[in-house]
Amino acid sequence: MITLDHVERDFVVGDEVVHALDQVTLEFAAGDYASVMGPSGSGKSTLLNVLGLLDRPNSGSYRLQGTETTGLPEERRAALRRSHIGFVFQAFHLVPRLTAADNIALPMMLAGVAPGERDARVAEVLASLGLEDRAQHRPDQLSGGQRQRVAIGRAIVMKPSLLLADEPTGNLDQHAGNDVIALIESLNAGGITLVVVTHDKAVGRRAPRHIRMVDGRIDKDSPHAHA
Amino acid sequence: MRTPDLLRFASQSLAGARNRTLLMLLAMSIGVASVVVLTALGEGARRYVVNEFASLGTHLLIMLPGRSETTGGAPPLFGETPRDLTLGDALALLRERSIARVAPLTAGNAPVSYGSREREVTVIGATDEFFPIRHLTIGSGRALPDIDPERAVNVAVLGSGLRRELFGNRRALGEWVRINDRRFRVIGVISEGGESLGQNLDDMIVIPVASAQSLFDTPSLFRVLIEARSGPDIERARRAAREIIRQRHDGEDDVTIIAQDALLSTFDNILRALTYTVGGIAAISLAVAGILIMNVMLVAVSQRVAEIGLMKALGAPERQVLWVFLVEAIMLAAAGAALGIVIAGAGILGLRQLLPAFPLAAPLWAPLAAVAVAVATGLLFGVLPARRAARLDPVRALTGR
Ligand SMILES: Nc1ncnc2c1ncn2[C@@H]1O[C@H](COP(=O)(O)OP(=O)(O)O)[C@@H](O)[C@H]1O
Ligand SMILES: [Mg+2]
Repeated sequence: MITLDHVERDFVVGDEVVHALDQVTLEFAAGDYASVMGPSGSGKSTLLNVLGLLDRPNSGSYRLQGTETTGLPEERRAALRRSHIGFVFQAFHLVPRLTAADNIALPMMLAGVAPGERDARVAEVLASLGLEDRAQHRPDQLSGGQRQRVAIGRAIVMKPSLLLADEPTGNLDQHAGNDVIALIESLNAGGITLVVVTHDKAVGRRAPRHIRMVDGRIDKDSPHAHA
Repeated sequence: MRTPDLLRFASQSLAGARNRTLLMLLAMSIGVASVVVLTALGEGARRYVVNEFASLGTHLLIMLPGRSETTGGAPPLFGETPRDLTLGDALALLRERSIARVAPLTAGNAPVSYGSREREVTVIGATDEFFPIRHLTIGSGRALPDIDPERAVNVAVLGSGLRRELFGNRRALGEWVRINDRRFRVIGVISEGGESLGQNLDDMIVIPVASAQSLFDTPSLFRVLIEARSGPDIERARRAAREIIRQRHDGEDDVTIIAQDALLSTFDNILRALTYTVGGIAAISLAVAGILIMNVMLVAVSQRVAEIGLMKALGAPERQVLWVFLVEAIMLAAAGAALGIVIAGAGILGLRQLLPAFPLAAPLWAPLAAVAVAVATGLLFGVLPARRAARLDPVRALTGR
């Protein structure tokens, strides 16, 4: 369960204040699947960063599974990210010198999970992604769609409850994009809460819940009505 | 993060930036190698001098007639002595418990001949104690006999060089040689290689001290070698020797006593200080390598901004990001140091081939200190880049803003 209550995120650019998030109030139930759309610069990525605890609101409240997160020290926020949140980026952000398997294992390695347990879990994830035969390939040896699938594998390897995807199909062709969306939808079907930021109307429409942002505000939220 | 994972992750990133890593390894290894090689040279010089002194004898005091301290000049070698140093003086020293052995010496130049061959050499008048005090070993035959030092006996012990020149391939033992117009029977030959501090003992002849005094027609001694029982006894022996001679010389303090060990420890200290200095100067190159490491790591941080953002998004706390980069810097320094020690080892082996007589060896502390300094340098200069990485804002890092 996720609640944002009057969340404000301002950036000072020169002597102007940009309200990237302007009094945003939202709720997500466990297992929700929402798409976030809106013009460029409307605050979609900022919303995702706040939800993912990468960014801190200037004011307002953000409760993640009952915990008020805005006042937590950085260390605690990192721990919550590690255990509860998975990110998928438009630019994949794979580590170029690591193999697909090692990229997927990275969160577990950073968390200090024992190698045996790690290998078993990575094999499991690779199988669910259909990438067993690419395990030892480095990112530059993979297609865009395969790279994004590896990135998704990395996002879910720690079994998070919330998956945040910022333009996951932005760098992919139609076909690969559809594969990736199908993959994250199947994860949602498995119970994970899914928030997808996208420009692509076709992708956006697939979600049961549509959030539209304009100028940092929630313009539309259907079928929920919070605006 | 587990330590093996941390090390593997760091080495993978280092391997990923191959040219930069190789350049750094080179800089660090040159620094470490120069520290080790230069201290090895300094230590070699020290050992060389210590060995030379040790071959002159240990716990050794040398007594000369004449008092140099009061006049301030060099000890007078020729006859200005108020009172001669006599055999009786030398033997009286044996009363002192801290004195183990005494060797009274006379010396002079004289022609030595066998058959038609003749050489002008140094003739040393001594007693049997001379050989152990000066660490001389007998190659064949025997040393001077253990007789009353006042007795003149016409026997001689030859240096190996002189033996070769007078006798060639023939047997010297039992033969008679002439010194001036007196005949001496050869009873022993000193082992080869008796050289110390430029004084070649190969080209001398040793005869009983009373025989030499009569040969050169002088009652006085050239020197008295005194061996103290132990290192701590040296000072006591020196004071006692001075006191004994003063009593015998009607209260006149008219001898000079030089302590071999004092001289040696002075040289030892000077050369040790020199070694530290040279090592310290070479260590400056380590600091230069450290600054290079800092630069390389700063470049690495700026090239891996997105990766740092990613690590944070995956839940790595600041401390962990800091360690990842710090460990990289330290590994770089440590690997450079290890390479430097290999280079230094090869360099020392090479120099040993060039200078076989020089006891070249790095003191154990040198590689240890060099590696410690290198790693500390990596740590010190790695902190700044690592902190910069740890403090990056993840959102900006991921978007490249
Ligand atoms: N770090 C930042 N510094 C200054 N302005 C920022 C920063 N991040 C975002 N913004 C501004 O906040 C607004 C929302 O940005 P963003 O959330 O990235 O929009 P979107 O993802 O919808 O395109 C934009 O006007 C952007 O310029
Ligand atoms: Mg965006």
